[in-house]
Amino acid sequence: MTTMNMIQAINSAHVTLMEKDPKVVVFGEDVGYFGGVFRATEGLQQKFGVTRCFDAPIAEAGIVAAAIGMGVYGMRPLIEIQFADYIYPAMDQLTSEAARIRYRSGGEFLAPITVRTPYGGGIFGGQTHSQSPEALFAHVVGLKVVIPSTPYDAKGLLIASVEDDDPVIFLEPKRLYTGPFEGHSTDGVKTWAGHPAGEVPDGHYIVPLGKANVVREGSAMTVLCYGTMVHVCLAAARETGIDCEVVDLRSITPLDVDTILTSVNKTGRCLIVHEATLTAGFGAELAAIVQQECFYNLEAPIDRVTGWDTPYPHVFEWEYFPGPARVGAAMKKMMEA
Amino acid sequence: MSDRGKTAKAAKAEPAKRNSIPLKLRVPEPPARPGQAADFSHIKLPAAGVTRRPDVASQPAEMHDLAYGLVRVLNEKGEAVGPWAPKIDADLMRRGLRIMMMTRAYDDRMYKAQRQGKTSFYMKSTGEEAVPTAAGLALDDTDMLFPAYRQQALLFARNWPMLDMMNQIYSNAHDRLKGRQLPVMYSSKEAGFFTISGNLATQFSQAVGWAMASAIMGDTRICATWIGDGSTAEGDFHHACTFAAVYKAPVILNIVNNQWAISSFQGIAGGTEAPFAARGVGYGLPALRVDGNDFLAVYAATQWAIERARSNQGATLIEHFTYRMEGHSTSDDPTRYRAADERQKWPGGDPIERLKQHLIKLGEWDETRHTAQQEEMEKLVKDTQRQAEAIGTLQAGQKPSPKTMFEDIYGGEPDWRMRKQRQQFGI
Repeated sequence: MTTMNMIQAINSAHVTLMEKDPKVVVFGEDVGYFGGVFRATEGLQQKFGVTRCFDAPIAEAGIVAAAIGMGVYGMRPLIEIQFADYIYPAMDQLTSEAARIRYRSGGEFLAPITVRTPYGGGIFGGQTHSQSPEALFAHVVGLKVVIPSTPYDAKGLLIASVEDDDPVIFLEPKRLYTGPFEGHSTDGVKTWAGHPAGEVPDGHYIVPLGKANVVREGSAMTVLCYGTMVHVCLAAARETGIDCEVVDLRSITPLDVDTILTSVNKTGRCLIVHEATLTAGFGAELAAIVQQECFYNLEAPIDRVTGWDTPYPHVFEWEYFPGPARVGAAMKKMMEA
Repeated sequence: MSDRGKTAKAAKAEPAKRNSIPLKLRVPEPPARPGQAADFSHIKLPAAGVTRRPDVASQPAEMHDLAYGLVRVLNEKGEAVGPWAPKIDADLMRRGLRIMMMTRAYDDRMYKAQRQGKTSFYMKSTGEEAVPTAAGLALDDTDMLFPAYRQQALLFARNWPMLDMMNQIYSNAHDRLKGRQLPVMYSSKEAGFFTISGNLATQFSQAVGWAMASAIMGDTRICATWIGDGSTAEGDFHHACTFAAVYKAPVILNIVNNQWAISSFQGIAGGTEAPFAARGVGYGLPALRVDGNDFLAVYAATQWAIERARSNQGATLIEHFTYRMEGHSTSDDPTRYRAADERQKWPGGDPIERLKQHLIKLGEWDETRHTAQQEEMEKLVKDTQRQAEAIGTLQAGQKPSPKTMFEDIYGGEPDWRMRKQRQQFGI
């Protein structure tokens, strides 16, 4: 075990995967010599050589397409899109190609690619460095969508993603890279040191895709969340004193429906929290499943706390960000229902 | 069918003779990295004045050599030489010098403001000031601009108020973009300056569309756009070239090759295989490669492209060969990936210094005036900064009203969900 922040854990996952399997190849904008703008691939080129970790042209569609081609050859590309906000030029390759190759070839060809990309706000990145596009990918059948919330999960989920034969969009909450963040904009920088999930095994392990993590057991209500919002929801539960059961979904495709339903059937209440905009967000899908499967056990309407239906505004970072105050208010309201 | 099947099998039987050498992947590397001495020996700058200047009515097929050459006007002695030397008066050159010096002083100040925590982000254009400045002065003020994020000098060239720009950097109450955009992502319809996108290259093909519209409507205005060497790899660049060539759109397509795309040297975008200008050849676009640190060369090339565009001869692709003297942005640290002495060894010189020497050579400028102008620019920037900070910075003072966050998503009255969310937000 070593104390790692999320960047170091992701870097360690790369090393573990590349040491184990010579078919794992890493590329993306600035990932080679420089080691990535967030340093996730630091040292890989030096350790594994320029043909296993290299810089790519600024062409997201090209990066994803080349990865698909390598995957078809039989390699396991682990690529980086510098910011999730930059992924849209690759949408055709992801939605019409990566997601469909297994299906349209009758299972003969695969696209075993993993697309890592930092997402979410909290760093004053403005609208082109803060978006949360997970629902777009969850809507595409054939793609898996994975979102870690701790260094331990980041490494284990990333290894599981790369070893999975299907294409995975691996969304990294960039605000959590250097420490857990509870959503108070005025909080000083907190590191992962001392957090139990900041202790990361050095070698190979996986956190399976499609297995949610109950990060706080409780009886009053179920809170469904992922990424940065896991820490915000834990803070809101602590601050309100409401006995919440906080479920970190870890992956939204595949979705651990059993854990969700067991929890909501127990608590009778369900709050869904994500940073992405509300309308047609992944919370809508969760709400639909929960109401259908748990309707007769619900004691209050399902509620959602999310980013507002606006682009991420630079100056109003904290007005936009669904912090513990908004989440806590929704928790209280739900208990009064 | 069975015969063909046999043939295929027979051919498969002896693959070893065909290709027995293991294939190898080439990954380009720059000549020098940190800890090594900068090496620009691969850059062969032709002497000023040697590159020919074809008539603006020439066909693209007759000028392929220009995509591989380099238009240079200012020589080592500070003289303007050769067929590209533009016939412009000293007042215009002094204006160019002033705008470049203003840009550099502004960049230095705003960079420091970010370091002092007054804003979140900044990007300097140091070393590249001649590219937007000369183009901005060559174009008419009514022509449309689709810039990338390092052409702030275009706004100065159009006499746009510095205070307005600083308010955007600070996202304060007077920011015309209501604090929504990352610093340096300016926008001004009045200045004919299209809203800068944080997503790369998107403006390049949009500019072609604007120019096509101007042609459809029988307008007289043309359009210019800028992209970095790195972002020429995006599909948008190729869409722009295709549309511009097919429809002979009245647009100037500028590639600012400043050698670096964050940490990736221009070879990662394909620049070591062929000059970026040469991409125009394949599309049948006239393509010029220009010394981007030579104010007069940029001015002359832009003027040439303007003439073509205004006379319905279509688009021109111009590669401006320059150097990013500073980091990509305040989030970057170039000492981690490039040789420390690159800036000193860059063979293209400093655009401000080169134009200054030329004006001095002409007897139209001197060191005293230069020093006075430098002080004037520093004072102007400082005084303007004080005014901007009196309104507010990202951290303190007056901010835009939070309710503006919900505006401009759509036109017209807010729909049910927006009304509901505004209520929840407390407005």
